[in-house]
Amino acid sequence: MAEQNFTERGMAVGLRALNRLASNGLIDRFGLRDPAQRVLHGASKATVRTATRAGRTFAATQKLSKPARQPRAGRSNLFDLTPDEEQQLLRESVRDFALAKLRPAAQAADEACATPDELLGQANELGLTMVGVLEELGGAVAERSAVTTVLMAEALAQGDMGIALACLAPAAVSTALSLWGDADQQATYLPEFVGDNVPAAALVIVEPRPLFNPFELQTKARRTGDGFVLDGVKSLVPRAGDAELFIVAAELIDNDPAHPAPSRPALFIVEPGGTGLAVEPEPAMGIRAAATGRLVFEGTKLPSTALLGDGSRETIAECVQLGRLGWCALAIGTGQAVLDYVIPYVNERKAFGEAISSRQAVAFTVANIAIELDGMRLATYRAASRVDQGAPFAREVSLARRLCSERGMAIGSDGVQLLGGHGYTKEHPVERWYRDLRAAGVMEGALVV
Amino acid sequence: MINLETPRKFEFLVGQAHQVATEIFRSNSRKCDSDEHSYPKELDMLAAVIDGMNEGGALSGAGAGGVGEDSGSKKARVGNRNGSNMASLLGLIELSWGDVGLLLTMPRQGLGQAAIAAVANEEQLGRFGGKWAAMAITEPEAGSDSAAIRTTAALDESDPAHPEYVLNGEKIFVTAGDRAELIVVWATLDRQQGRAAIKSFVVERDNPGLILERLEHKLGIRASDTADFRLENCRIPKENLLGSPEIEPKRGFAGVMQTFDNTRPLVAGMAIGVARACLERTRELLTEAGVEIDYDLPPHAQVAAASEFIAMESDWEASRLLTMQAAWMADNKKPNSLQASMAKAKAGRTATDIALRCVALCGSIGYGEGELLEKWARDVKILDLFEGTQQIQLLIVARQLLGKTSAELK
Repeated sequence: MAEQNFTERGMAVGLRALNRLASNGLIDRFGLRDPAQRVLHGASKATVRTATRAGRTFAATQKLSKPARQPRAGRSNLFDLTPDEEQQLLRESVRDFALAKLRPAAQAADEACATPDELLGQANELGLTMVGVLEELGGAVAERSAVTTVLMAEALAQGDMGIALACLAPAAVSTALSLWGDADQQATYLPEFVGDNVPAAALVIVEPRPLFNPFELQTKARRTGDGFVLDGVKSLVPRAGDAELFIVAAELIDNDPAHPAPSRPALFIVEPGGTGLAVEPEPAMGIRAAATGRLVFEGTKLPSTALLGDGSRETIAECVQLGRLGWCALAIGTGQAVLDYVIPYVNERKAFGEAISSRQAVAFTVANIAIELDGMRLATYRAASRVDQGAPFAREVSLARRLCSERGMAIGSDGVQLLGGHGYTKEHPVERWYRDLRAAGVMEGALVV
Repeated sequence: MINLETPRKFEFLVGQAHQVATEIFRSNSRKCDSDEHSYPKELDMLAAVIDGMNEGGALSGAGAGGVGEDSGSKKARVGNRNGSNMASLLGLIELSWGDVGLLLTMPRQGLGQAAIAAVANEEQLGRFGGKWAAMAITEPEAGSDSAAIRTTAALDESDPAHPEYVLNGEKIFVTAGDRAELIVVWATLDRQQGRAAIKSFVVERDNPGLILERLEHKLGIRASDTADFRLENCRIPKENLLGSPEIEPKRGFAGVMQTFDNTRPLVAGMAIGVARACLERTRELLTEAGVEIDYDLPPHAQVAAASEFIAMESDWEASRLLTMQAAWMADNKKPNSLQASMAKAKAGRTATDIALRCVALCGSIGYGEGELLEKWARDVKILDLFEGTQQIQLLIVARQLLGKTSAELK
């Protein structure tokens, strides 16, 4: 157990607070703000490579004797699809927020390749970065729950996948620190993520090449006498230009003759601002509101404390799996947005003298969207619930991933198809969902549920 | 608390069903497929075994009879329930993993029992409960369009002491129709009044007015007999009408159709069982051939066969969970018509797809009679047809999602 309780510092907002906010009309409160006052920021649209800026100084203000770890809930006895009360409240609140605030801002954010500061601030008020952090570390939860995070990410993505990613990117880092960080790493970094001014941050795995495999990394971390030297290029990093902290996957090459070990993928904590780390914008087909960019490491020096946790292969395997579940959740939320959008459209759109939904070709397409979406959702919930129960989950994550990648993309494509030529224009959001949904089969990391 | 694992309390039931599937079904699979129309004598022994299990409670509800309302449990239910619908589903998945043809001809476990359980009154449950009941719905001119059935039921009260219904018409595709003790026949009290007048009637198999016309020769599920009947002045006691004799235009047909909300997840479960058999055997053969399946690798970072296997398994998982969802909703008294049809649609097409792809993956070994893969690929197709075809399920799902009536979306 931790010797210190960060909640005593009065920084926790989190779930409990969220419950209060929700019951007091969270959305009404946010709704009072003038959307016109949104300020856009994020990665510059210029394509020049720039040095990363140093962010805040992270320093341990209190010392933990050993890292706080998630207690496992244990296996449940009954099949049950009902979220608990706290999860239901969280899901409803986040969904209301997503539909009221994210959806109207989505198109502009997509075009600007940036999410408005105000939205990011509101998302932080929701306590998104604290849902994956235990109370004893200042977070919001007595037990971290992958199911809760999945429900939250799904609800957020119903508003917009790109903005949801921008909002959740720092939460991936706080959750990773909470799950795998050692006591010093948790004490050094977590307090900032449970405070009022949550730093932009990103968990970075993807590399720019065909057939990318997260277990065979070309970004190398060579161990030196006093730390590590990092070389390589990382791709599709959310909020790359703003981030004050990265967790980066790289192949760890041990040169320590005293402790010979095979090279293996591992995670490293990287604070930007030093020499040898540059960032460049990398706008993509979709998830553009997340201001994706590339990180270029050229002889970047990291201290010996940068290796996250024990640096084992199990750690990065779990990180990849929990990231894939996060992408499943985003795909489900976006798929739900597609379904909710096409139903009234096909009922109202007339052709040949009647609603196009009177035709089986159209109606069956809608039916299949709903069927596949529900299958994606159940497979994802099952994998997440196995995470929470401490059961093996590699297979279940893999099955959910495949469904959300392929069936999710088909939903995106059908969404455009059902609107015909209108779906191809920016008059409707289905073309954006089509672009966003491809990410669920491409992305690794960036989220941790 | 969200949990999608198989409930612990059913592990024993699943284990017993798996034993039956292995020891009795699998070992007779090929023989019963080859000898179509010869009654599998092994099933009499099995029936005795199952009865023994029912008394012990372990396999109770492993057949179709257990679904629907739990009779006798009137106490108020609080919280989450995993009951007879879930138990039946899990049992059927295991037995279908063994052999779905044999499952369909298992004594006293027919789908007709589900219809009886769904609409019978106490007196009828006493007379018909526990018997082997088949369903007779389809007619030569009325398949998916079950509202168009022509078989008539006329009330004859000429003997006030013994009022009877007189049934006339033709019924086809009656699963286990030859071997069952009871046939639940759908007939109309008044063809002018449409679907509201359609009722179900219990006919004893040995009724002289129920004439067996022929047994079908089929693509698969050959262990199970499929009978065609002629009903010729078939007289049954008035008390054999299931449910209310009133013609209620508001909800009449819906009452009969309700049965399907309970039985569709079971047929989906059969598809899931057959598909699992295909996947397991294919995985063994692929492993022998040196194919390694790594769930962590991206699809393009492993051999195509491994990638295809994971794709099949993922659709199988979606089918299975959709079906568990439908059964769970039934156990918890949540209306599940939408989810039952979603499960049936997804499981029916997925299982057929998986079985055919497994044959292809295993090449001539998969296609030959030396393995059961080719048989499973023949068996499985029926599961996308009966209890409502793929297209009927999609119609039901689409109508509910789009808020359309059957007149608005044909």
